Amino acid sequence: MNFQDLLLIKHELLLTIAALIILCFEIFSTDKNKGMVVPLSAISLAFIAAVSFYFPSEGTAFGGMFQTDGLRTAVKLILDIATIIIILQSYGWVTKEDNKNKISEFYIILFSTLIGMNFMISSGDFLMLYLGLELATIPIATLAAFDRYKTKSAEAGIKLILSSALSTGILLYGLSMIYATTGSIYFEEVRAAFQPSPLAVLGMIFFITGMGFKLSLVPFHLWAADVYEGSPIAVTSYLSVVSKGAAAFIFTYVLYTVFSVASEIWLQVIVLLSIVTMTIGNLFAMRQKNMKRFLAFSSIAQAGFLLLGILGQGSLGMGTVIFFLLVYVFTNLAAFSVVATISDKTGKENIDDYNGLYKTNPKLSLVLMLSLFSLAGIPPVAGFFGKLFLFNAMASKGYFIVLFIALINATISLYYYLLPIRAMFIMKNENPIDTFKSNVYIKIGLTVSVAGIFLTGIISMIYEYLISVSVGL
Amino acid sequence: MDNFSYTILIPALPLAMFLLIGLTGHKFKALVYGIVGTASLGIITILSYITAISYFWGTEKVEEAFQTIIPFNFEWLNFTETLQIKMGVLLDPISVMMLVVITTVSFAVHLYSIGYMKGEIGFSRFFSFLSLFSFSMIGLVLATNIFQMYIFWELVGVSSFLLIGYYYEKPSAVAASKKAFIVTRFADFGFLIGILILSYFTGTFDFETLTNPESSPVASFVGTSFLGISVISWALMLIFIGGAGKSAMFPLHIWLPDAMEGPTPVSALIHAATMVVAGVYLVARMFVVYHLWAPDVQEIIAWIGGFTSLFAAIIAVTQYDIKRVLAFSTLSQIGYMMLALGVSGYGEHEGVGYMASMFHLFTHAMFKALLFLGAGSIIHAVHSNYMYDMGGLRKYLPITHITFLIACLTISGVPFLSGFYSKDEILVAAFEHNKILFAIEFIVAGITAFYMFRLYFNIFWGEEKEYHHTPHESPLVMTIPLMILAFGSIFAGYLPFSHLVTSDKMPFDTHIEWAIAIPSILIGFAGIAVAWVMYKKKTNIPDKMAAFFGGFYKTVYNKFYIDEIYLFVTKKILFNIVSRSIAWFDRHIVDGSMNGIANVIYFSSKKIKGLQSGQLQQYGAVFIAGALGLLLFVIYLVS
Repeated sequence: MNFQDLLLIKHELLLTIAALIILCFEIFSTDKNKGMVVPLSAISLAFIAAVSFYFPSEGTAFGGMFQTDGLRTAVKLILDIATIIIILQSYGWVTKEDNKNKISEFYIILFSTLIGMNFMISSGDFLMLYLGLELATIPIATLAAFDRYKTKSAEAGIKLILSSALSTGILLYGLSMIYATTGSIYFEEVRAAFQPSPLAVLGMIFFITGMGFKLSLVPFHLWAADVYEGSPIAVTSYLSVVSKGAAAFIFTYVLYTVFSVASEIWLQVIVLLSIVTMTIGNLFAMRQKNMKRFLAFSSIAQAGFLLLGILGQGSLGMGTVIFFLLVYVFTNLAAFSVVATISDKTGKENIDDYNGLYKTNPKLSLVLMLSLFSLAGIPPVAGFFGKLFLFNAMASKGYFIVLFIALINATISLYYYLLPIRAMFIMKNENPIDTFKSNVYIKIGLTVSVAGIFLTGIISMIYEYLISVSVGL
Repeated sequence: MDNFSYTILIPALPLAMFLLIGLTGHKFKALVYGIVGTASLGIITILSYITAISYFWGTEKVEEAFQTIIPFNFEWLNFTETLQIKMGVLLDPISVMMLVVITTVSFAVHLYSIGYMKGEIGFSRFFSFLSLFSFSMIGLVLATNIFQMYIFWELVGVSSFLLIGYYYEKPSAVAASKKAFIVTRFADFGFLIGILILSYFTGTFDFETLTNPESSPVASFVGTSFLGISVISWALMLIFIGGAGKSAMFPLHIWLPDAMEGPTPVSALIHAATMVVAGVYLVARMFVVYHLWAPDVQEIIAWIGGFTSLFAAIIAVTQYDIKRVLAFSTLSQIGYMMLALGVSGYGEHEGVGYMASMFHLFTHAMFKALLFLGAGSIIHAVHSNYMYDMGGLRKYLPITHITFLIACLTISGVPFLSGFYSKDEILVAAFEHNKILFAIEFIVAGITAFYMFRLYFNIFWGEEKEYHHTPHESPLVMTIPLMILAFGSIFAGYLPFSHLVTSDKMPFDTHIEWAIAIPSILIGFAGIAVAWVMYKKKTNIPDKMAAFFGGFYKTVYNKFYIDEIYLFVTKKILFNIVSRSIAWFDRHIVDGSMNGIANVIYFSSKKIKGLQSGQLQQYGAVFIAGALGLLLFVIYLVS
């Protein structure tokens, strides 16, 4: 190990330092200024993001376990932005009376999971991938149970840790089979030695299963709804955006590189999983009354759409998947932020409670409407372009029947995305949610999300840049 | 030579207005927004007229053909080296003609709305949506490529959704806006797949490249087939489905009658004159491709157009809501336009159908907008949509009466008004191509005259009803637009269309085919006469009753007898057997199948609910089962 290696992992190192700074802040802070941890975390994360944006690094470290390049940096930046928005959005919840004495803990743990995600994204072998995955998952379980005085939150934590234990077990089992057949855990070496023998393919299937859990693909999704509903909303949005984003990237990357020999097989599996996931996610989303569950199932359906991008293959596929992630970050976080704000102020989380919201809180209603339009893929907002590029990537490889099914699903999803909009703008309510003012952090977070919803689609450079950094896959 | 750089203002100004009105909201008095919106529309109307005049009479032609001019084309997205999405302005005869139509009607509607919407809540919201619509519609017709068209197509759909649901306190309006949005969205997915297939094969979105009869890349893929049908036909059929959704062709027409829940000026602008003809415009834009490389699809278009026109005309006879009569009449007239495109050939006189379709689009926009605005004026006066609440209104609403009568005469094809010329050309085109379709259209012409005059006599003649207060003529701000459009309805027919808008952009000469025109005039008059006898006299019964007791027994007896026959023929045979069954089919089969799909989805979602039990053990079992299922799937794949 030399100093150069440390420079390569500067993003992860800086995150660790930031977590430590927050820890120190916790020790020296008084009850009055505890809330300042929110801007502190947000600013330090923004600083870290800026550093890795202006000084990108490329290369491998630690004997090939760790690698980084423009593509990975782009993904990390997207996750940084997402986490910043989540930090801003969590302010209202974290400063509540119940959480007063553990505000900083939340951000320290949040940073630890982010470090795990970053190592997973940058992994060059299966061991690093596994370590990163665990480093990311275990802290999330504690976050899910953060509202420990609430039964549902405790239940969410337990459910998450138990079901993820099962899935990582299977993942690890699959990795051992891959090691058994190829004699290596390094991506490059496995790629060269991989032969689609039955044992190796079994290993690959278990890998897909384990990652399918992270991405909440049907039928590995059942934990998602309960955990999303029980967890604090900040954690739910983290799970559904950041955690999913990191997993989606490394999943796509491993399929494209390590398992490229067996692409005939996994392409079919992806087709199957995406169709099932979209359809089941949609059917469940349609029936939900609780906004958090509603968004949970909507994000399951969106994961099904995301898989379609993988069918594009090569740089087109990777670029499209990451672009969809970027759009999804802004879109979903805008929706979650609104739901979080309303829940913090009033404790109401059902769609019916939103009846007449436009009359009392027009700005929040408009933001939620925009993000739902984006999720439904209505032009000209970003969600439309995300879906369009997915469809285009898929169509370019000739998957017309899948495309058709996807379009049917998109139409179905339009129906349920209009339900909250109808509630807010059209339904009458004797006692609508009172008018309230959101705090400045939430306003910043919402502004960033809304700008993202409008701009990512229209600024065509972004998509072109993502395609260009994906070249070579 | 003019470089037309000012044309960018035509879409830009309404967009600016939309943002301005939308963002300032309630800062100023409502009337200010109305005046500013109308004035800006006035400016772009003038700009459009300047564009039209300098395009048609000021630009150089090459070998007598009009040239396509593209003053702007920004590159917006690079898919591949050849496949790019651009945003631009394209001027050719049909887009320039559409500009004139859109801005004229939109201006009239803006002006009219100042009076009609006075005192409504959300007056400024209404004008900002109108501006958004105008922007989107102009962007749609000026599109240089099919993708730009698609984007504006969606925007038009959104603004229509917003405007239909304007009275969002009214549940039926909300349901209607949702229905319109979902039905057209459904069709738009067809459109999008069509675009993707077409661009996948041809590698371009540009209309210029696609519709070049000599060098279009489409030609080389006609031989490629999928499920036994050429991929080009697939793509064009899917694109047509998009057009059929917007233009409310059977069986996707179900949203249009409900869309009448929107404010009447909106019905006039969007659901009569502009947006609903977008489908016709789309087919016309791609006409060369349809005609040369997918004649099978073109044939389907002709039949769908013909069927819709007959179907809708028959339903129109049975309706009592005056806006619904007009809505079905719109369906019927758009059917005419589609049919004309479907039967048209390419080049010179062969392309008479194309020319006729565009001509009818133009005249129809004038007289149908006039009818709707007139209907709005009537509704404004009597506060009801139903014709049985009206009668004898000609005394109270003199200007509305005269202009409405002009529009009725025009749509009925009375000679020397604009509708006569355009309809005659369509009948000529149909006659030359297909005698059955000609016969259908010929009959529809008679039915059209009948139901329009049924409407007219019921509203303006007959017995006066008890009104809450004496109906009074609308203010000048509402009657001036009526006069403008009446002027258009009378004189639009004298434009030398065959010298301006033709399938190959080359002028040719037409003349009225009296052999076809005279029978069609006669059937039009017959329709009017039947309506006269049935509805004008029927409501004169009070006067006749006096004569009855005077002793003219026999005459009255015969009269009674004739009335009975009419009653029997219309109410029992025509209404019950034909129209009711079609209406039943419409309600139960077409609507029903849409509802059926929704029910199936809802039902299956209910069934699988049990899967989400909250039991962690069960989740684990499903997880393992899923992994094994995948394994089985792969084993099946490999073996």
